[in-house]
Amino acid sequence: MPEIVKLNVGGAVNAALARALEEMPETLLYGEDVAKPGGVFGVSRGLHKRFGDRVFDTPISETAMLGAAVGAASFGRRPIVEIMWIDFSLVAFDQIVNQAANVRYVSAGRTGAPLTIRTQQGSAPGSCAQHSQNLEALLLHVPGIRVAMPRTPQDSYDLLLSAVACDDPTVVIENRTLYAGPKDAVEVGGPVRPIGGHRQLRSGADATVVVWGAVTTKVLDAVDRLEAEGTSVDVLEMVWLNPFDWDAVLDSVGRTGRLLVVHEAARTGGFGAEVVARIAESGVALRSAPRRVALDDSRIPSAPQLAAALLPQTADVESALRSLVAGGAE
Amino acid sequence: MKLDDLLAMWRIRALEEKIRDLRLEGSIVGSVHLSNGQESVAVAACSQLRPVDAVYATYRGHGWAVARGVPPREIFAELLGRVTGVNGGRGGSAHFSAPQHGFHGENSIVGAGAPIAVGAALAGRFDGSGRIALTVFGDGAMNQGAVAEAMNFAAAFSLGVVFVCENNRYSELTPIDDMVAQPDLSRRATALGIPAVRVDGNDLAQVRTATRLAVESAAAGRGPSFVEAHTQRIVGHYIGDAEQYRPAGELERDLELEPIARLTRELLAEGVPTEAVARCEERARAEMDAAADAALADPLTDPATAKDHLYA
Repeated sequence: MPEIVKLNVGGAVNAALARALEEMPETLLYGEDVAKPGGVFGVSRGLHKRFGDRVFDTPISETAMLGAAVGAASFGRRPIVEIMWIDFSLVAFDQIVNQAANVRYVSAGRTGAPLTIRTQQGSAPGSCAQHSQNLEALLLHVPGIRVAMPRTPQDSYDLLLSAVACDDPTVVIENRTLYAGPKDAVEVGGPVRPIGGHRQLRSGADATVVVWGAVTTKVLDAVDRLEAEGTSVDVLEMVWLNPFDWDAVLDSVGRTGRLLVVHEAARTGGFGAEVVARIAESGVALRSAPRRVALDDSRIPSAPQLAAALLPQTADVESALRSLVAGGAE
Repeated sequence: MKLDDLLAMWRIRALEEKIRDLRLEGSIVGSVHLSNGQESVAVAACSQLRPVDAVYATYRGHGWAVARGVPPREIFAELLGRVTGVNGGRGGSAHFSAPQHGFHGENSIVGAGAPIAVGAALAGRFDGSGRIALTVFGDGAMNQGAVAEAMNFAAAFSLGVVFVCENNRYSELTPIDDMVAQPDLSRRATALGIPAVRVDGNDLAQVRTATRLAVESAAAGRGPSFVEAHTQRIVGHYIGDAEQYRPAGELERDLELEPIARLTRELLAEGVPTEAVARCEERARAEMDAAADAALADPLTDPATAKDHLYA
């Protein structure tokens, strides 16, 4: 029975994991420090006690963790593996890209890898270069891998359950700066939705902003400033990056004629480039040249003022939107 | 029994030689790695497995597939891009799988199958199947982190995995002894708390015994074992390998050691009629010729299906 509870993002993830473990006996939950310690961010707290051996701690061996997930998934288990930081997935990329993504295709569907990788990314002050990267584009370049990026407590709950139920290998990229955020009303226990879709956060006629991840909050702040001056903006939060809701983006840009893509990941080769390219290829009539706001192609420094100088800020989004709307504003 | 073994090894040898012919004439394209000279390890190890068990091999895995009972026609068809191939041509020589025969795939990334095998055993712990997993890899894979991680993971959780290292002395084109300070590779397993044994891989009985004990131990919940089987490949790393790395006289010695020559000598010495021994090779070659001919006559997989099976 669906009910409404007040949860922050961490609590919503915990509730989703508990429901998956409860309703799908084939699920396993494991990773570094997830069981007895309850996870470094506490999101899996209490689950080992409640579900026993199906929730377990592992050695610091990302390749073994993900390889084991591929193998177990092909035999009917539904592993949910926590990779503590997305940066750590790089030591095990073989198991994601060469193995999990290939299982179904190269076997011609004789087997599959219905596994979920829960990880988190993003820049937080002082996190240092190897704990700050936004790497979704690496995954989106790999056909065969589904990618979700929830931000709100409700999406953190819903998308994780959709990912676990999905028969493709799916990476759910959370953001640690959001785990302990404010509680919000979350509907739990409702139907598990299929993967895909976007969130229409604002509706407007003058421009389209396509955004994903924690930076969405900065986009909303910037958009609200412009709204106060009479500029109305469509804001599409792409909570699913694969599958990507191209129709929604094309439809919106077709109406507004202006596109801004915002992501915290590096500009060059970022998925924003793909969005802009698809819009260009579509031939949709544009009133001004598309723009991107992204990490200014750089490593991420530790010192907060240095990181802030490189990462997208509200003012950057606002400035980009102003010049976007000024372009072709006849 | 010994004649059965000889036939089983000849089936693999004849399949590999037929694949070589098809590759050289251009019917099969791309990178192909043959297992000539290593047949005994696959035949003996697979003889100790049950249908429920899962084998994870490498790109040198054709012989393991045959030993698991994958029909040769479907293997040829796979390498020929035919719709009748085990994976309709999506897997190919180095990446085909046939889970319905307990053959869970080759792998072209050295060492990558080991952690996946650990997962198969992990699933076996929860699904009540009693499944154990066997993963085979070469000496070169011992220098991959994936194998070290997989062995420790299996040991830490007492998972039913049999790690089989086919030590054919070469990590692709480079002698393994040049790439390690400790040539006894089995000591890596011992160091992780995994019972390990080194056997003469050309001796079917030794491989059988080692595998049987490993399988029994895994099935009893006592965790993983490691078998280092010393063997030799009597062909190149891949078809076209110039093999300039081989010292003079090595191949001649290996041709004496390799398991088909060895078992043939044994059988003849035991008084088995020459015709009975020769019939194993003839029969295997006839089977493989027929399987390849049938596969060649099968239709190519339709290009319109190229994107099928990418997602569920």
